[in-house]
Amino acid sequence: MNKPIRRVSIFCLVLILALMLRVNWVQGVQASTWANNPHNDRTKYDKYAYPRGNIIVGGQAVTKSDFVNGLRYKYKRSWVDGPMYAPVTGYSSQTYDASQLEKLEDGILSGTDSRLFFRNTLDMLTGKPKQGGDVVTTIDPKVQKAGFEGLGNKKGAAVAIDPKTGAILGLVSTPSYDPGTFAGGTKDDEKAWTALDSDPNKPMLNRALRETYPPGSTFKLVTAATAFETGKYQSPSDVTDTPDQYILPGTSTPLINASPTEDCGNATVQHAMDLSCNTVFGKMGAELGGDKLRAQAEKFGFNKEVTIPIRADASHFPSGSKPDGTAMDAIGQHDTRATPLQMAMVAAAIANNGSLMEPYLVAQEGSAGNVISTHTEHQLSQAVSPATAQKLQQLMESVVQHGTGTNAKIPGVTVGGKTGTAQHGQDNSGLPFAWFVSYAKGQDGKQVAVAVVVEDGSSEAQQISGGSLAAPIAKAMMQAALGK
Amino acid sequence: MSTFDVSSGRTPTTGRRRAVGRSSAGDAPNRRNTELLMLGFALVIPMLAYANVGLAMDGSLPAGMLKVGLGMSALAVGAHLAVRRFAPYADPLLLPLATLLNGLGLVMIWRLDKAGKLLIKNFAAAPNQLMWSGLGVAMFIGVVILLKDHRILQRYTYISMVVALVLLAAPAFFPSRAEDFGAKIWIRFGSFSIQPGEFAKIILTVFFAGFLMVKKDALALASRKFMGLYLPRGRDLGPIVVVWLLSILILVFETDLGSSFLFFGLFVVMLYVATERTSWIVFGLTMSLGGAAVVASAEPHVKTRINAWLDPMAAFGPKPPSQSSEQIGQTLMSLGSGGTVGTGLGQGRSWLIQFAAKSDFILGSFGEELGLTGLMALFMIYGLVVQRGLRTALAARDPFGKLLAVGLSSAFALQVFVVAGGVTGLIPLTGMTMPFLAQGGSSLVANWALIAILMKISDTARRPAVEPAAIPEPAGPERLGAGPGAPDESRGATS
Repeated sequence: MNKPIRRVSIFCLVLILALMLRVNWVQGVQASTWANNPHNDRTKYDKYAYPRGNIIVGGQAVTKSDFVNGLRYKYKRSWVDGPMYAPVTGYSSQTYDASQLEKLEDGILSGTDSRLFFRNTLDMLTGKPKQGGDVVTTIDPKVQKAGFEGLGNKKGAAVAIDPKTGAILGLVSTPSYDPGTFAGGTKDDEKAWTALDSDPNKPMLNRALRETYPPGSTFKLVTAATAFETGKYQSPSDVTDTPDQYILPGTSTPLINASPTEDCGNATVQHAMDLSCNTVFGKMGAELGGDKLRAQAEKFGFNKEVTIPIRADASHFPSGSKPDGTAMDAIGQHDTRATPLQMAMVAAAIANNGSLMEPYLVAQEGSAGNVISTHTEHQLSQAVSPATAQKLQQLMESVVQHGTGTNAKIPGVTVGGKTGTAQHGQDNSGLPFAWFVSYAKGQDGKQVAVAVVVEDGSSEAQQISGGSLAAPIAKAMMQAALGK
Repeated sequence: MSTFDVSSGRTPTTGRRRAVGRSSAGDAPNRRNTELLMLGFALVIPMLAYANVGLAMDGSLPAGMLKVGLGMSALAVGAHLAVRRFAPYADPLLLPLATLLNGLGLVMIWRLDKAGKLLIKNFAAAPNQLMWSGLGVAMFIGVVILLKDHRILQRYTYISMVVALVLLAAPAFFPSRAEDFGAKIWIRFGSFSIQPGEFAKIILTVFFAGFLMVKKDALALASRKFMGLYLPRGRDLGPIVVVWLLSILILVFETDLGSSFLFFGLFVVMLYVATERTSWIVFGLTMSLGGAAVVASAEPHVKTRINAWLDPMAAFGPKPPSQSSEQIGQTLMSLGSGGTVGTGLGQGRSWLIQFAAKSDFILGSFGEELGLTGLMALFMIYGLVVQRGLRTALAARDPFGKLLAVGLSSAFALQVFVVAGGVTGLIPLTGMTMPFLAQGGSSLVANWALIAILMKISDTARRPAVEPAAIPEPAGPERLGAGPGAPDESRGATS
């Protein structure tokens, strides 16, 4: 009877071996697949099992990790001035994942980034509690505050850039939201999320990066840049050959100016820019042609996504428009669309003598106390020659001195700007968007470039203009940036 | 019993052990001191795990540490003393292994109790399990003391059959609850419930052993050769058909895939050992596969289980199949998250498994918190229990003892395979519990009884044959006592 017993014995051994092989397969070979399975809630809990690193603005953390010692989550994220910084930080919720810097920098913030391995190991050996790393932003809290308060209850966005480096000093979008209202996992968090998600005003949309608007007259800067770069005009004082009434090529539709009293016939480039003559720049654009305009627009960054590292939508300059369409494209209407970031980049490139620096939001990444990466500045393109940039600066400074942008004047500071009042909607029936794109240079060499857009500044279309609504906000932001 | 057994009894292994036994233990051939030492480890390891859980979850040693430690030690030492007195030559490893598994199970159940509200319908199960452990050990001691010789059980062959049938049939007449997921394997009296299948496992083995001991020659010899296989006569097919039908009936009426597989597998193994005819295995496999296929296609419950095995993550999808459960998927994620070394006791999140996390799926918790390393160690322990049991079968001198030991050990092995295989997704899940580890009183008490019977068989097998050998040669007792004693086997066969 012993022979079959031995065989049974081997059979039982095979059963145990099969189990061992199976667990080696599941826990060894497949382990990370199961551990990172989207249905594995452990990944969510792990994220809040220890303090998350902070997002730093102006030397101060604008985020916190509150020890809530919940059943599932030990920590919960909270924000200082949540609505003001929401376009920068994004949210990090136990229930609704994360967005923007909270998501993109999650590796650093949650401490799982491979670059933090050494630090984590050291902490583990020395018995220090695990902690995430910090992300230092380029945001200047004063600029951010000026933009946020300037926009107030109005719908809109504002971006401020340091032209010399590309550092983003302000990134504002209104109406905003408080990410702290849905950071947890309670019924209240769910309610807050649902309300925000279904709000027709889209408070969670980052308008500074993810909304493209018709840039309106602010795009005339790009048209003027094309004209100087291609040699169509040599100087701002060149007289343009423009009739009093300009009929769009191939049609019988006249292109009208914002105010019929404006004196735009045969105006100089400078005069046309001061008054923001549609006829002059429409004709200029039609004569330059869509291809040249597009080439110049793309040098400023149009038709391409930008990551700062948050992804910004690509601004759009069309190809293949008919001549009448090109004339409208050239004054920022028709198919031309731009994000506030894009228009700030245009102003920054002009202010920085034509050199467009890559815009960036994250200055440093680090573990507690140690810097592990620092942003290196990087030129995106030479948008225009320094000579053209000088001419454009002259145009913009004149606009602020005696044109439509006088609201942006700051004593003792060189300010250049361009207003825009962009029509949109079916047959331009929507309330126009008020734009102001500008730069300021202080005597100490400090510089800032700003773009502001206000979607619904007034219920009366006649009351809306870039100069009256957007320029004061831009002014406040420039003052904050230069310390004036 | 043939000359074959006599010759194969003298293996190099048994010879070596005999030599060691004589040199190390002198004229005390039992291994009780080894057992006591191993028992020490088996107590210290769970106590350290207990402390570990307390430190990880509360930052302090558990309050009941001393009390629980002393209580468990008292139980284990009580069991050891009973063995020392009433089964002095029993296998020295079985008691420590069972103690270790029982202790680790207690710690894990206590740890899951501490998950609190994270586990739905969580209540403190550890005190209850501790009480059942006590009853289990009491059962062990009772069997060791009262069962003077395992051969007594042979007298109850047919009574065993009746009792086993009643136990197996009983749950079908009791209402099942919604949370049992369709399996009818419990008998409930209010809040008290027992799983008669666990006891039926042992009692059926007694019946099979007694029955086959009597019938084995008829089954083995009276057969015709057909296509290289020895086919049994029609009338000898009777018992196997009855058992086959029985397991199919369990499957149909109690929708208990696991028990059905276990009982049929057990019978085929014992039939093979009794008759040494490979044809029975072919027969058994054909019948079980055929039966399983028919039932699986007809029974929705079984089909659900098979689908859950094929696609464990389907339950998480937007349209989960009806009656599907997240359990297997959750367990696999638990195991994967544990990885190679685990999260450490008390630091995993195996409460995500939710339903049955403390019972059928307790391996998931071990896998997450102790990792692959821990599960390999656990399987090693189970493997050792099985191998000690089978070694007892080899050493036993009487065919009834051999059959009983081989039956109990392989039933244990099959149960471990069916449960662990189901939980880790190797085979479709069936409703059974991990012996000693899982929450459940019936299972604990039954498995302690199983270990006790195995130890009694090994005690008889290794006991020096005093009566005939003591007078003529002084070295006799040692030689016979330590080895499996091949010459005695023929004596057992003739008795």
